[in-house]
Amino acid sequence: MTEALNLGIAAAVLALAIWTVAVRDTFAAVVGFVAYGLLLTLVWVQLAGIDVALTEAALGSGLTGAMLIGAAARLRRTEAAARAERPGVPTRVAAALVAAGVTAALAAAVLALPDPAPTLAPQTAENIAVTGVGNPITAVLLAFRAMDTLLEAIVVLFALIGVWSLAPDRVWGGRPGPRHHADPDGILAYLARVLPPIGLVVGVYIFWVGASLPGGKFQGATILAAMWLLAVTAGLADTPPIGRTWLRIALIAGPVVFIAIGAAGVAFAGAFLAYPDGFAKPLIKIIEWALLPSLALTLALIVAGAPQRPST
Amino acid sequence: MTDAATLFGLCAAALVGIGVYALIVNPQPLRKILAFNVIGSGVFLVFGVIARRGAAVGLGADPVPQALVITGIVVAFSATAMAVALLLRLFQVTGRATLSTDASHGANADGGRS
Repeated sequence: MTEALNLGIAAAVLALAIWTVAVRDTFAAVVGFVAYGLLLTLVWVQLAGIDVALTEAALGSGLTGAMLIGAAARLRRTEAAARAERPGVPTRVAAALVAAGVTAALAAAVLALPDPAPTLAPQTAENIAVTGVGNPITAVLLAFRAMDTLLEAIVVLFALIGVWSLAPDRVWGGRPGPRHHADPDGILAYLARVLPPIGLVVGVYIFWVGASLPGGKFQGATILAAMWLLAVTAGLADTPPIGRTWLRIALIAGPVVFIAIGAAGVAFAGAFLAYPDGFAKPLIKIIEWALLPSLALTLALIVAGAPQRPST
Repeated sequence: MTDAATLFGLCAAALVGIGVYALIVNPQPLRKILAFNVIGSGVFLVFGVIARRGAAVGLGADPVPQALVITGIVVAFSATAMAVALLLRLFQVTGRATLSTDASHGANADGGRS
């Protein structure tokens, strides 16, 4: 039964990937990609990766999809000209050969994976008690490999700076995206009033349980960002001018707290990002609480894009 | 269990191949960004298969590769955002969305609004 289900999921994932690649209309391709991402979350569940499934659904499929749909809509009238550039048969045959070679090499590697598989699960299980958190993924992200998570939070911030820096000079410091107007009695405005309170609770819940159950700050922050973007799209809220000091402070607050706690580790525990005995869980909680609002704001503003309007 | 891991491992290998083909063949930059994301999801899935095979001591999978994938998804999102922003800026400046340097391809090359 499970095998049939797995075969079905794998076939559907491959079919949607091919659709995404092959369909003529880019808008349809992006919609196919969102469906593909949602199906991938089923694969992650089957591979016992609930935390990854949540991240894939929220970020990989949801926010990425929203960003790509916006871009596809704006680029729609360039479609016809771009299609004429489709390479000839020789290039396509060569590309197919390269792709088949990559797939064959990867498939051979997958089939040749060592058995029994090397694993760090026993070490994680042995040491997780020291951190005081119950979710092994959170323990890896914020204790054993905290450096990765710190750099990840900074990468997201750099991406936002990169997106902003592509604004034309005359709107620098202005508001991202167009000012949206929706029918105040329409379904979009209705949903934008009804969903955010629910989404806020779900987002904070997913963040809160992340210490002991699947969930965490990135998944929670993505849901919060999506709720705010919904309100913006319905015209109920507006994006802030990017020059505001409070905004800049809110964006860097999370990473700054993370770095400060990491630096304190040098003095009190002998290494950067080391936690003193017995303080691991409270420090992890402080880092997560500090990162959540910064991440939600950063992710939302990345999707909102470069400034387009002067701040007035 | 091993069978599901192998099945999805082969599926991941096929996804990377599909993505590589699309990255080379599709001329539109936005389609290339999509293809880049398909390749990425395939690579992440290989990590997931390796994590699943490392299931031990009551954990359904090795948490270390899974945590790396979560970081990877966030970084892929950041890279995609950067690529989309560059593309929209290219469109804003030139009125076209093409990587071709041959001006004759762009029928509306004069539509720039900087």
